[in-house]
Amino acid sequence: MKFGVLQFPGSCDEVDALEAARRVADAELIWHAERDLKGADAIIVPGGFSYGDYLRAGAIARFAPAMESVIEFAREGGVVLGICNGFQVLCEARLLPGALLPNTNLRFTCRQVELEVMNSGGTFTRTCALGERLSIPAKHSWGRWYADERTLQAMDESGQIVLRYAQGENFNGSLHDIAGVCNEAGNVFGLMPHPEHAVDKAVGGSEDGLKIFNSMKMAA
Amino acid sequence: MAVDVAPPTISDALSLGLTEAEYELICEKQGEPPNQVELAMYSLLWSEHCAYKHSKKLLRSLPTEGPAVVMGPGENAGAVDVGGGLVCAFKVESHNHPSAVEPFQGAATGVGGILRDIFAIGARPIAVLDSLRFGEVQGQEGTRSRYLLEGAVAGIGHYGNSIGVPTVGGEVYFEGPYEQNCLVNAMALGLADREALVRSAAAGVGNLLVLFGASTGRDGIGGASVLASAELSEDDADKRPTVQVGDPFEEKKLLECSLELLARGLLVSLQDLGAAGLTSSAAEMASKGEVGVEIDVARVPLREADMEPFEVMVSESQERMLCVVEPGDLEQVLALCEKWEVNGAAIGTVTDSGTVRVLAEGELVGEMPVRALVDDCPLYDLEPVKPTEQIYPAPLLSPALIPDATPEQALLALLSSANITSRRPLFEQYDPIVQSRTVRRPEQADAAVLALPGGAALGVSIDCNGRRVAADPYLGAIESVLECAANLACVGAEPLGTTNNLNFGNPEKPHIAWQLTEAVRGLGEACRALQAPIVGGNVSLYNEGATGPIYPTPVIGMVGLLVDMHRAGRLGFARAGDAIALVGPFAPSLAASELQKLRGERLPDGLPRFELDAVRAAQGAVREAVRAGVLSSAHDVAEGGVAIALAECCLAGGMGAEVELDGNEAALFGEGPGGFVLSGERAALEALSEHTSVRVLGTVGGDSLCIAGVLKLSLARLAEAHGALAELFE
Repeated sequence: MKFGVLQFPGSCDEVDALEAARRVADAELIWHAERDLKGADAIIVPGGFSYGDYLRAGAIARFAPAMESVIEFAREGGVVLGICNGFQVLCEARLLPGALLPNTNLRFTCRQVELEVMNSGGTFTRTCALGERLSIPAKHSWGRWYADERTLQAMDESGQIVLRYAQGENFNGSLHDIAGVCNEAGNVFGLMPHPEHAVDKAVGGSEDGLKIFNSMKMAA
Repeated sequence: MAVDVAPPTISDALSLGLTEAEYELICEKQGEPPNQVELAMYSLLWSEHCAYKHSKKLLRSLPTEGPAVVMGPGENAGAVDVGGGLVCAFKVESHNHPSAVEPFQGAATGVGGILRDIFAIGARPIAVLDSLRFGEVQGQEGTRSRYLLEGAVAGIGHYGNSIGVPTVGGEVYFEGPYEQNCLVNAMALGLADREALVRSAAAGVGNLLVLFGASTGRDGIGGASVLASAELSEDDADKRPTVQVGDPFEEKKLLECSLELLARGLLVSLQDLGAAGLTSSAAEMASKGEVGVEIDVARVPLREADMEPFEVMVSESQERMLCVVEPGDLEQVLALCEKWEVNGAAIGTVTDSGTVRVLAEGELVGEMPVRALVDDCPLYDLEPVKPTEQIYPAPLLSPALIPDATPEQALLALLSSANITSRRPLFEQYDPIVQSRTVRRPEQADAAVLALPGGAALGVSIDCNGRRVAADPYLGAIESVLECAANLACVGAEPLGTTNNLNFGNPEKPHIAWQLTEAVRGLGEACRALQAPIVGGNVSLYNEGATGPIYPTPVIGMVGLLVDMHRAGRLGFARAGDAIALVGPFAPSLAASELQKLRGERLPDGLPRFELDAVRAAQGAVREAVRAGVLSSAHDVAEGGVAIALAECCLAGGMGAEVELDGNEAALFGEGPGGFVLSGERAALEALSEHTSVRVLGTVGGDSLCIAGVLKLSLARLAEAHGALAELFE
């Protein structure tokens, strides 16, 4: 099983994601200008500031040649994970519902946050129990997930709300404390916290992020 | 020499910051009065910022060699061997005056500049730390300082976060003398294979000079001379155009491009463009390589059309690098620039002329001997005189500290004071974890800890208590070095090397010259004693506003090695029932303490003396105990004394403590070097008495800090006081 990790100019956490994925399977970087996904079984769109994100986070990256292939891959049922900037890119690409707005404190904020698993049956959290708490760091300026009421209701009914911030942990002001959502088919998932930064007890104190990579390995 | 503009006069030279004598010396070196291009270039390279003309002689007294040193002062950054074939490059630099004029961009480009210094020697930047000084931020008077603080923190975060280098530590102090002249110092660390290090000396006559990165604009013209080498004044808004604007995305591409060029062996040498832009980069590369260079400004990719040749040569536009390339490699170099979407242009050649020749579309517009530009700037002797009385006004009485405060009230006042309160609202704006190397984040330990391949780790700390240096420049500077080393000891790291940024006032004034001389003497002595040689650094002088000079602030950055990252120390109490001990030759005194400051007391003349060797021995004992894994926590005693250190250990671990301690103020809140609060098995703590003094104070447990018969405060009350800075960010 092989992960492909996209690399845009301005990506910051792509090597972290690559190394995290390599703890459970093979993994390789995919340059933004390439259309070839190198036979990857699952794609990770990593964190960072793609193309500088001066326009709106993720707004330019969605047009990258590699993203065109990822969009096609996702439409055919391929497993795609977007982390932080990757989540923003997947929302911009309409692979995921909703949008990410500036944090309510209008500042870049980094915290280790507690998340609650709201859906343990899907592709990305099948190694987690329902209601299980994961300790994973989050760091961003534009992490306030938002969707209109109708979209939200539909998502709730179809189990698309995968992760919530535990009580008191939602520092960015996300609607209903939502930290991570998937598409209706369940093969595309985005979250603002960084599971790739919670894979080693010595570096960060938590290994909870590995559960997401392991779940993807089982699914892909 | 044929130039269209009117030749500059001596008054132009004076307005560019040169003295009359310096101008005459330039005429003599040139054989005729310099033209506009030449004068602009001389004025920058002969500025304090570039030529170190008031500090160079003094800096020669500092220790720069040691077993771990791979690259010492003179290169873009210093480097020490960290084992496993790797070196750690590191350096601290200031961006004080730009930050005082425009805090966001000033601080952001400060980070950008220090990162370029690291990758200019071929190392991948792995961490940033910052050292900040502002005026008082609390209350009505703090409005402007809050604005500067907010802007500087946002700027550091903007640059570091966006480029993917973690900001892992730092320090900030708030003191009146920084009100009109804030300090923004940034330190960066990088990792490289030992044999991959590259130097900046130009070599190979006929080789090409390639400028790559951002295009060149009119921003930052005169930054080194107008901003960095003069005192600040009322009309500083006019100086805003001399502040550069940073683009971390551009630098991220530049960083990756530079490292890939080096990895492919395409560069003969590499140099970043910082203060004085192309002028200093080209001249210094030529000087180090003992060659000449020729540059045609018409080949420089410009951001604005119609820039004058002198503007191209002195522009401080950010995110640019200059490299020397063999002609046969040019095509590959430019192709890689294209891959990373940065400009790349061959702008000149390495010559054997011994001069810097500037052409504009082939026409000669300036020519200067390299030696004259780089080496012949006159160096000045300082004329130090100790002032007969303390030159700094007494600080304002803190409203938080009521007269006749009880120990409880005093502890809460200290814990909520700006210099001691939690820095969480600041460091939360930084990404400390990108690159997956951060073993200890801010507030988890006294020093940041960064994992190395193979299980070892680096410890790194930055520190300086300027108020104590103001009270006693010699001992205060020693204390700053010891404070860094103590922080390293608490995580189990042994010092490998030191960097420093000497932030002082106007050195032409005798009392500032005295501060500088004394501080450098202390710095040298402490670094020699700790075998932590100085591998690089920076000097920032003329830090004065209308109300006087800043506190003398020799900011120290120190890097050390941990044997085992899994045993990196923590500062918080970790296990109920552990014994707590005060360890080391600690002789607490209220002289220049935070408590004295809150009381509005004037600085004393001098600090209590102490035995440097005894402090070093205590640090060694603590370090070995942390490395042996026998301690649960280790924290050094600093601002606010033992009582504050205990409170910090309680808060970081979420555990209370019951201890016995004398109730007198000096014992509770007195400061000085050499003290540690450790916790662990009683026997392990007592075993340290073989090397240093140990006093068991009590045990870890409960949900309050209880000093028997003196004070009892719940963790909740302590946390509330410690969180006082957060109010400024709501």
